[in-house]
Amino acid sequence: MEELTTLVMAKYNYWGVVILLGIGLYAMIAKNNLVKKIIGMNIFQTAIILFYISISTKYGASIPIIHHGHGHTIHPADYMNPLPHVLMLTAIVVSVATLGVALALAVRIYNHHDTLEEDEVLSQLTTDESTQA
Amino acid sequence: MSSQIPAFIIVVPLLAALVVNIAGWARRSLCFPTAVCALAAAWISTIIVMLRVSREGDIIYRMAGWDPPWGISWHIDHLNALILILIATVALINIVATRSTAAQEFPDRLGIFYCLYLLFVTGVMGIVITGDVFNLYVLLEIASLSGYALLGMGGSRASVSSLNYLFMGTIGASLYLFGTGYLYIATGSLNMVDIASILPTLENISLIKVSFVLCLVGLFMKMAFFPLHTWLPNAYSHAPGPSASLIAPLTTKVMLYVMIRVALTIYQPDFAFSQMALQDIVVWLAVIAIISGSILAWKQDRLKRMLAYIIVVEVGYMAGGFWLGNQTGVTGAVLHIVNDAMMTLCLFLTAGAIASRINADAFKHLQGLFRRMPFTMTAFMVAALSIIGVPPTCGFFSKWYLLSGGIEAGHYEFTAALIISSLINVLLFFRVVEISYYEPFDNHQENEQQGIQEASLDMLLPLLATAGLLIVLGFYAHSLVTWIIEPAVSSLFTGSL
Repeated sequence: MEELTTLVMAKYNYWGVVILLGIGLYAMIAKNNLVKKIIGMNIFQTAIILFYISISTKYGASIPIIHHGHGHTIHPADYMNPLPHVLMLTAIVVSVATLGVALALAVRIYNHHDTLEEDEVLSQLTTDESTQA
Repeated sequence: MSSQIPAFIIVVPLLAALVVNIAGWARRSLCFPTAVCALAAAWISTIIVMLRVSREGDIIYRMAGWDPPWGISWHIDHLNALILILIATVALINIVATRSTAAQEFPDRLGIFYCLYLLFVTGVMGIVITGDVFNLYVLLEIASLSGYALLGMGGSRASVSSLNYLFMGTIGASLYLFGTGYLYIATGSLNMVDIASILPTLENISLIKVSFVLCLVGLFMKMAFFPLHTWLPNAYSHAPGPSASLIAPLTTKVMLYVMIRVALTIYQPDFAFSQMALQDIVVWLAVIAIISGSILAWKQDRLKRMLAYIIVVEVGYMAGGFWLGNQTGVTGAVLHIVNDAMMTLCLFLTAGAIASRINADAFKHLQGLFRRMPFTMTAFMVAALSIIGVPPTCGFFSKWYLLSGGIEAGHYEFTAALIISSLINVLLFFRVVEISYYEPFDNHQENEQQGIQEASLDMLLPLLATAGLLIVLGFYAHSLVTWIIEPAVSSLFTGSL
């Protein structure tokens, strides 16, 4: 038990990521409402952003802004790694764009079917098909 | 100037996408010429790049002059150069062939359609050209997002399928990003060549294994590898014709390229094939993909849905051929990427041409089509023979490499699956031919319109050109392999990148 506690406590950031991934995946698979699915997708993406951000930190390091410029030796251990932050800035843009496309598609579906519940949309589509055939 | 040619491949379609979007508001008739010019320029650039690669060896293009691993570099060898030409060719043929359909289907959204079209091409070209794993993710999402929008431009059915694809695709891309994160923890680098040089020196093998599996599952999802293929049939069969015939040939093939690149360039063949012990599992999955995909294709009663399931089968061919792990199998997979993109393009263009005339794609509506659309159906026959694998069409040669790769690796189940699926393909296509050739065109409501009613010329000529290319590719398969694919594959295997 103690081992487990240390395992969870020492790597709590990864556990957080895993739990968020699970919540996101669960919402995308199990929820019936399209907007809830979209929220689940966003949680899934956010979990990965959290993962990247958490790996950039170091104990006792400060933000990566170098005050004194030239002439001083710079120790990488004193500064957090800025690269994952930069990458995640791009990933946030990507996830916002994905959210936009997903919501636009959901709006189109809502305009046509007057509902966002997936089972109702699908049953309307199958009745469409049988009336066509 | 000529050293900047690789940048043109990406920058020209990207800028043209913006111009086309503006042109869509100002003067709609300018959209199509601008898009065609941009794609033609990109096509010429890819040819020049290919010639340079075959003359001088790999090109390393430093974006904005930053040296790798700090800057993003593009690394072009024989393999990417070949896939770049393939993408540019497919995009160019398709844009010409679908001009009238696009103008008909999106009369008021033409600017947006061509803008998305060019963005998609930018994305897939970028995926292929880049040498940076995070850059690859971003371009992957550019291609995917414009792809979702293109596929969702049809009716509400298309929107539902496209949203479904978006969910699956986002999970896939996110898993790839997750795997890249582990790779970054392990190596501290994002440049493919740099990572490849650091990885063998590392102790923590399990970390690398986790990153490999995450990347791989993400890519499997994106390439619709069985059992993660569920998004594909709906998304491609409900989509508007011009989008489907662009995306269906390219997306899965480009993702297969990424799998080859990730597995062989980043992780190196020794790690990917021997240390991971995944080979048997993936080859068996490919066998199941091929067999079940063929059976599902047989159960469809609509042309486009059948074609969509054939893509699932073909992905099984290529993924299985790659995971055989020998040079013959990988050569077969790369050759089949080229061939299958052209075959899929030909089949989807045929479906588009048929839809432009009879406005239905259920099998029962195809009666008497051979007499009404002889040229279209001839092109369909050529593509069908190529999918089945009849010489001299190109499909035969790649299938031959895949078969001999399977025998060489001792994976007889894969060889058997290839042969069985070829036989099922014969049944699949001859059912269509039987309906369209032998069954008379009478019990249909438009029976007063007898005689030849071909698709319009601007649709027919690119279609016939594609069909011709299938035969030309077949005749030149040997030179294609010896000039381009063999140097590419052997450099992947020796890890000389």
